Amino acid sequence: MDDVTAVAQARAGDSEAFRLLVERHSRALFKLAYRMTGNEHDAEDVVQEAFLKAYRSLDRFEQRSQVGSWLYRIAANCAFDVLRKRQRRESRLDSLDGDDSPEPQAAEPGPDRLALGGDVRRHMDAALERMSPRERAAFVLRHFEGRSVREIELALGMDTTAVKQSVCRAVRKAREVLAPLTGAVS
Amino acid sequence: MSHLSEDELALLHYGEEAGPEADAHLAACAECAERLRGLGRMLSLAPAPEPPDRGEDYGARVWARLRPQLGLGDARPKVVPIRRRILSRAASLAALAAVLVLAFLLGRQFPERPLPLSAEVRERVLLVAVADHLERSQMVLVELVNAPVGEAMNAKAQRAFADELVSANRLYRQTAARSGEPALAAVLEELERVLVEVAAGPDAITPKDLAELQRRIESRGLLFRVRVIGSQVREREKDLLPRTLSSS
Repeated sequence: MDDVTAVAQARAGDSEAFRLLVERHSRALFKLAYRMTGNEHDAEDVVQEAFLKAYRSLDRFEQRSQVGSWLYRIAANCAFDVLRKRQRRESRLDSLDGDDSPEPQAAEPGPDRLALGGDVRRHMDAALERMSPRERAAFVLRHFEGRSVREIELALGMDTTAVKQSVCRAVRKAREVLAPLTGAVS
Repeated sequence: MSHLSEDELALLHYGEEAGPEADAHLAACAECAERLRGLGRMLSLAPAPEPPDRGEDYGARVWARLRPQLGLGDARPKVVPIRRRILSRAASLAALAAVLVLAFLLGRQFPERPLPLSAEVRERVLLVAVADHLERSQMVLVELVNAPVGEAMNAKAQRAFADELVSANRLYRQTAARSGEPALAAVLEELERVLVEVAAGPDAITPKDLAELQRRIESRGLLFRVRVIGSQVREREKDLLPRTLSSS
């Protein structure tokens, strides 16, 4: 059964058809959610929430759309919500504790450490941590997932200017952290 | 025109429009062309976060957790009669407990709304629900651990029971993590893996799969840890009782 037929049958009350969609798309959604949230548990919750939302909005699925893209957009939006909630929670904790913790800084790597691929990954993780939810979501979708600005607009509910600004700001932050590595290897 | 800004370079790198002037400048300026190539080299270094592999059966496990939340009926065969009453009652309790946790969560999410319950009462409601959940989960673990080794196990009843417990477990795990209860969250996480596996598994567990399941439960001391943390939760609940009585 193809995806569009499965959606049509699920809409008519066939839960087995919806099960097919869940089994078919869960891994792809988990991968996206993990990249956006950087956290296994959050990614699991995003997958769960995305399918719940999809099930509740089966009636709004447009036949001309790709089911995979539709689910992808829902999951990206759920992951964006998780990032925003996480930021609000951390802001509240900071305001309780007194926000005197320094912003994560890129470590100055020595030449011997630069050979380690894990070092680049740690730098990139640090860069992602420094990004706001908008920046991180837009950057992950554009850079890692190769999505167009239009697709990002639809997934995150942002306009073109906001998406472009978010990507640019994210690139600036990535650059600050990765520049020392680039200089060493180029 | 002055040299291209960092943002213009970023847009050009991703193939977006940065304006006709930017395009013209790039075509004529070797320095900016090199800066654009440098940006490309730097960004190509950035590794995509690689998610841990969830296994081929991940979709089935997601479905096992999802189905109760969608309010879908169980299409599988009914459980054997001897367990029906126990499981029916346990399932009702699991649903009730989940509702209580939702009420608790709503209280946490919208603290500005007037609440009929004090913080102590809400905490006690949560503790009672979690302790009950852990006791019910123990029933599943005990039956799995005590099943005869070397024989296939008819796990229809345990599977249905686990299925009911999974969604409640997820809510408790999330609540525990958000409330700064890492020990409880860790036990619930391990418990959830076993519950999901049982819920998504076949009605009849083969001797080999059963042995593997028993080994996993025992090697990680899961049953013992569930008992310990369950009794700790009960103790906390008892400690709260006088305060909740005085505040109500």
